[in-house]
Amino acid sequence: MKALQVDRKLGRLGLARAMSVLSPGAAARIGPLEMVTIDPPALPAPGWHRVHTHLAGICGSDLATVEGHVSPYFDDWVSFPFVPGHEVVGHIDTPDGPRRVVIEPVLGHAARGFPLPFEGAAPGDGNDYAHLATGRLEPGIQIGFCNSTCGAWAPEFIAHESQIHDIPDAMTDEQAVMVEPTAGGIHAALLTWPVLQGIDRPVVAVLGAGTMGLCAIAGLRRYVPGVRIVVGARYPHQMAIAKLLGADEVVRSDELARAVRRATSSHMVGDHLSGGADATIDAVGTSASITDCLRITRPRGRVVLMGMPAEVTVDLTGLWHRETQLVGAYTYGTETMPDGSRVRTFDLAIDTAHSLGFERLLSATYPLDDYHDAIAHAAAAGRRGAVKVAFDLRPRARTRTEKASS
Amino acid sequence: MPRPGFVLEVDRSTPPLLFWRGENFSLEKLPAGRSRVIYPPEPLPAIDDIDGAIVHALLNPIDSDPLPAQLFPGMKLTIAFDDVSLPLPKMQSPDTRQRVIEAVLDMAAAAGVDDVHIIAALGLHRRMHEYELRHALGDRIYDAFHPRGMLYQHDAEDHDNLAVIGTTDHGEVLEINKRAADSDLVVYVNINSVPMDGGWKSITTGLASYRCLSVHHNGETLQNTRSLMGHRKHSALHTSIWRLGQVLRDHGPKLFQIETTLNTDMFPKPFDFISKREWEWNAKDRATFLATSKSLNRMPVRAARKIFHSIESPHQMTSIQAGETGAVHERTLEHVYRQQLVPVEGQTDILTLGIPFVCPYNPDGIMNPILVMCMGLGYLFNMYRNKPLVREGGVIIMTHPTYREFHPVHHPSYIDFFEQVLPDTTDPVVMGHKWEKQYAEDEWYRHLYRTGNAYHGVHPFYAWYWGAHGQQHAGKIIIVGGDPPTVRRLGFTPASTMDDAFEIASDVVGRAPTITHLHVPALLVADVT
Repeated sequence: MKALQVDRKLGRLGLARAMSVLSPGAAARIGPLEMVTIDPPALPAPGWHRVHTHLAGICGSDLATVEGHVSPYFDDWVSFPFVPGHEVVGHIDTPDGPRRVVIEPVLGHAARGFPLPFEGAAPGDGNDYAHLATGRLEPGIQIGFCNSTCGAWAPEFIAHESQIHDIPDAMTDEQAVMVEPTAGGIHAALLTWPVLQGIDRPVVAVLGAGTMGLCAIAGLRRYVPGVRIVVGARYPHQMAIAKLLGADEVVRSDELARAVRRATSSHMVGDHLSGGADATIDAVGTSASITDCLRITRPRGRVVLMGMPAEVTVDLTGLWHRETQLVGAYTYGTETMPDGSRVRTFDLAIDTAHSLGFERLLSATYPLDDYHDAIAHAAAAGRRGAVKVAFDLRPRARTRTEKASS
Repeated sequence: MPRPGFVLEVDRSTPPLLFWRGENFSLEKLPAGRSRVIYPPEPLPAIDDIDGAIVHALLNPIDSDPLPAQLFPGMKLTIAFDDVSLPLPKMQSPDTRQRVIEAVLDMAAAAGVDDVHIIAALGLHRRMHEYELRHALGDRIYDAFHPRGMLYQHDAEDHDNLAVIGTTDHGEVLEINKRAADSDLVVYVNINSVPMDGGWKSITTGLASYRCLSVHHNGETLQNTRSLMGHRKHSALHTSIWRLGQVLRDHGPKLFQIETTLNTDMFPKPFDFISKREWEWNAKDRATFLATSKSLNRMPVRAARKIFHSIESPHQMTSIQAGETGAVHERTLEHVYRQQLVPVEGQTDILTLGIPFVCPYNPDGIMNPILVMCMGLGYLFNMYRNKPLVREGGVIIMTHPTYREFHPVHHPSYIDFFEQVLPDTTDPVVMGHKWEKQYAEDEWYRHLYRTGNAYHGVHPFYAWYWGAHGQQHAGKIIIVGGDPPTVRRLGFTPASTMDDAFEIASDVVGRAPTITHLHVPALLVADVT
């Protein structure tokens, strides 16, 4: 089958990194991503299924891979060559006919043949990551970064039953492909809760309103009670959607510090707020964004790092002085809700993407063959008025279809 | 003899006219046959013996005892003075305030008065920097009084040092600086640049609290202020202030008002071409204009701003009168109108205004977008008596770069106002009800106003309210040469050239409108009949 594959070619990675600075999407032409013909992966054990891709999103981490910006940290947690694609809706063939599913892509204990860390654990749960690099599969944190499973930028790939979620009949593919990023956003939103408890009308700032920022806003509004959401967004369409999803105040990114100051009645002392947001979600993941988030978060508040960073340069003196918590928000798993109940993030995400009509976030789809254009579009999504760009591998997808972003 | 102001009908031989564009200028050609230019009167001659005139005014006041007769040992004397918001540009030393206050202090010393406080009557303006206080008062006064805590700046948020004088029959509370309220005599030293200032406004705004000011500094009052610079009875603002003035007169401390007027000799060489009538420019003026304009174009705005704000104006005192506030102010107005009044027949469809680098609220600072609105609609539009120069529903065209830039020290709440309030509403009444309280109670703004050099948190609202009548009166407001998104944020229409602006204006006033250009500088009041 024809699939898009990333191989570890250092020269191409370097070239892609350089070219991506000059032109969004240029890395797709000269970088480590290639259209290849490969055999579908074999099923490694009982409980594994073959998933036929319908729609597969292009994520920020995918772009970072294609553009050669990924941290060396991942060298030992992925296996080359791999087929990217972890935001996916597809189907499994069963004797009763096709079963539409979304995939929780983390390759957890069950998928890799290890005992669960606790009963009912989701793939993302557990406090020891040894299973990600060992077991019956090649190393890989997720489908889409693992040589053994293939990824969703191919007509088919394999997934373990622990990763498979059925979706309601009424849910469209366009909504379902948004489930995975929605789960990431909800997880980040719920990570703010520990520092918000007991505060009347806590303030959470969200810096960045691309796909992940918007999903975090939806998560905050739906699952974090009483929160006041202040958002810094770069583009007008992002601002409009953020407002629609329940943000209380949406401003340009460079106005966020002042908006948070107003919302929290803080002083501005130098370039830091005296107080600030109780929690801040960084949906960008750069040196500048982390620095900004640390400046606008109150002492003993929390910065949730949702955007995947690589190497960054940040002055941490303020973090030390203000005892700010800086926590990562990687994927999802089992959440502890504000009322103490335990829920799978994916269950929340399926309901959210369906209820809120998240097809509105899917701006454009491309056939796999048009991957140069698709990557270029995704790399410049904000500027071009788009949110999410995806590959459409359904049989009818023969030509490019672009939809209005909102 | 200086020539009076006059109205020039533009014909084909009329040269292009000078327009301010912030920290630069442009020359604009107005259509012949239907355009006119209002030129201000030439500067009146200054008083020959200024120090002698000051002493004479203090010894021969209007409806009051001479100042020395009101001074006695052991008394509390407070001298309040107008702040850095005028004159513009700042005057060459010695400043009028220094000369007058030195004369008052000499008389106080002769009378054995040693409890003297000198207070800058800021209202909600920013605190003056030390160099500004030294410029206004001179080193002698500053060094004698400031180190001993006897020269300071009014604080409208220092509730321990405010006192309620009384309430008007309209329920307006007069609350002023406690030291002034408790004094045996308050001497107020004023510089009257425009007819709007002076009189009872001096103390009831300059030494007032926020709650006192908010009674009349609001959208409703300013929309109903149909003549800021003309007849007081048409100004809801002044009507309210005069009521408060009666409370001050009847229940407040004893007052001695000193008002002064200046001529309009505003720009020294090499900028004196700015004040000249264009057809009288000689070769040297044209060369200076070209060299200046091209140099300003090439230099960063910050450098151009520095040059303009360093200008010290040669304007000089044309009158001084002292005594009872109301009577003094009537005499002052006669002198102001003598210098500034220009008879004009009939209104116009389009009023064009060049907006300069400075207004009363950005001395040594940045003319931010809100101040562009305030200067255009709050000040220049209002420079009329009887009725506005532009007809109701007409178009106002301003020229200014209207960059999105703010002075972070002087105007912190202006930035928030621009980012938070203006995207929500540009309606002065709506914004007042919805947003002003939040800005009034913001502790950071309070801190910066009280201890730094920031305008009070609500000041951007006041600046916006100032343009309320003009905003309501005009059918369309266009800014030529401004940053388009910033201009739109103000609720105005951007245009790249004057011709574009006329084309845009034609939607409102047709294709052959009458046009009137208010020539700035200098200051003038159009007496429109």
